[in-house]
Amino acid sequence: MNPQLSANPLTDLHQLLVYPFMVHALEAGTIVAVMASVAGWFMVLRRETFAGHTLSVMSFPGASAAALAGLPLSLGYFSFCFVAALVIGASSRTAGRRNLAQESAVTGTVQVSALALGFLFLSLYGGILENLEALLFGSFLGITTGQVETLAAITVGVLVFFAITGRPLLFSSVDELAAGARGVPVRLLHLAFLAVLGLAVAATAQITGVLLVFALLVAPAAAAQQLTARVTLGLALTIVFALAIIWLGLTLAYFSVYSVGFYVSTIAFALYVVCRGGRTVARRLAAA
Amino acid sequence: MPPPAIELRDAAVTLGGRTIWQDATLEIGDGEFVAVLGPNGSGKSTLLRVLLGQLPLSAGTVSVLGATPRDAKQEIGYLPQRHAFDATTRIRGVDLVRLGLDGDRWGLPLPGRTDARRRVEEAIRLVAGSAFARRAIGECSGGEQQRLLIAAALVSRPRMLFLDEPLDSLDLANQTSVTTLLNRICRSERMTTLLVAHDVNPLLAHLDRVVYVAGGRILSGPPAQVITSETLSELYGAHIEVLHTSDGRLVVVGQPDAHAQHSDQHAHP
Repeated sequence: MNPQLSANPLTDLHQLLVYPFMVHALEAGTIVAVMASVAGWFMVLRRETFAGHTLSVMSFPGASAAALAGLPLSLGYFSFCFVAALVIGASSRTAGRRNLAQESAVTGTVQVSALALGFLFLSLYGGILENLEALLFGSFLGITTGQVETLAAITVGVLVFFAITGRPLLFSSVDELAAGARGVPVRLLHLAFLAVLGLAVAATAQITGVLLVFALLVAPAAAAQQLTARVTLGLALTIVFALAIIWLGLTLAYFSVYSVGFYVSTIAFALYVVCRGGRTVARRLAAA
Repeated sequence: MPPPAIELRDAAVTLGGRTIWQDATLEIGDGEFVAVLGPNGSGKSTLLRVLLGQLPLSAGTVSVLGATPRDAKQEIGYLPQRHAFDATTRIRGVDLVRLGLDGDRWGLPLPGRTDARRRVEEAIRLVAGSAFARRAIGECSGGEQQRLLIAAALVSRPRMLFLDEPLDSLDLANQTSVTTLLNRICRSERMTTLLVAHDVNPLLAHLDRVVYVAGGRILSGPPAQVITSETLSELYGAHIEVLHTSDGRLVVVGQPDAHAQHSDQHAHP
């Protein structure tokens, strides 16, 4: 197989969709882009990027624990993500209020313990962790129909969660004290958000790999929040950016010799730089 | 005579075995503009939390708008004590105000609720915030942020407004303008307004009543009666002097902070 990019977009599209593996990759990529970007928008607004990163690291102890116990790797990953989300959420409060300094310290500690546990399980297991490369760098090109369906189901669940909790979650993300005084269950929402974030991170990492989760989780939201402080527009831009990153990344990788991961991360980074630079220039011009 | 908006009878609060204040009896009339004063740690915020139904009394009774604080909660706009939003908070003032209206509701907002949008605009006009409400809140000045937060507390059209140190992080000019704004809203909307403050002076010209929390007790009355050398000395159980400066400001001298006060009590039981 050696597809060549031609001058005719229709021919290119036909080439892109001729193999089922490529269709599955595009389907799965589209699904995780929507899920990760919406979860990421709230994560960036709430300043919980480090927590999101730590949840993605949970794949290491999760997968090695599952290998040790002879269970499916993804089961280990989802369980570790869930437990870590609850630990971070439950221990990041002082006097009933969110404490960002404490949250990042707790998150760092959780991350270190997770890595240590991962190494322990791995040496107890004694073997070589299969699919280690897929764990880190993803497996865009070996996705089955079953996986696409599972991802779609998780994504629907995550989106329903955000549709239901959207307003109180936004309220407590921006002004937790005022939200709490109005009867929003801020503590419970914090835990629920981290648990759902863990679910989204775990599901996304199955496709993009642990190292590239952030291309979809942080970059689109961070870029969109550079451009607008509007809620609906910001969310819409975030989704559009994530889709653009994944579609462009897959297409370019298909027509060239470099990997999906390279293109996805490079496009995500470039997007953030352009948005941030554009905002700075716009403010200078407005001030001048 | 109409029933008082807020009424405490022989009330006491105990937190972790320590009595914050006791034997507190006070009445606040409908539509009054009231400052809650007292040294740090004396229990001013505790009083607000009791009135908001967040803390139970250990003795006595409390009623807010003729009901229990929990039942009255929906009628109260509340502005917590806070540090300013930092510059990277990416949400617009107008969205923050909207959250004050329906941010506690589950589910997606119905599209095109013009009624909600009108009320948000009305609250922003009331605080004279139209010029900056569409900027990101983190890019607004401290005074502008405070105005938008007041709009967020007002937008649900409460009957009372509680503000915890709303003047704290503001410069003198903004302290004056926010005070004038709050007083105007209190009078025009007939909204009972309770604000916790460090310094009575920016408020002095407007106040109907002060509630003074000190030495484990609470006293209330018109400022001229409460902020005097005799009354405060009795309340603190120490010699306090209230000085009047030539420009009409009050200076309270000899006011011990709450912790010194408590260690004194331990030394002389």
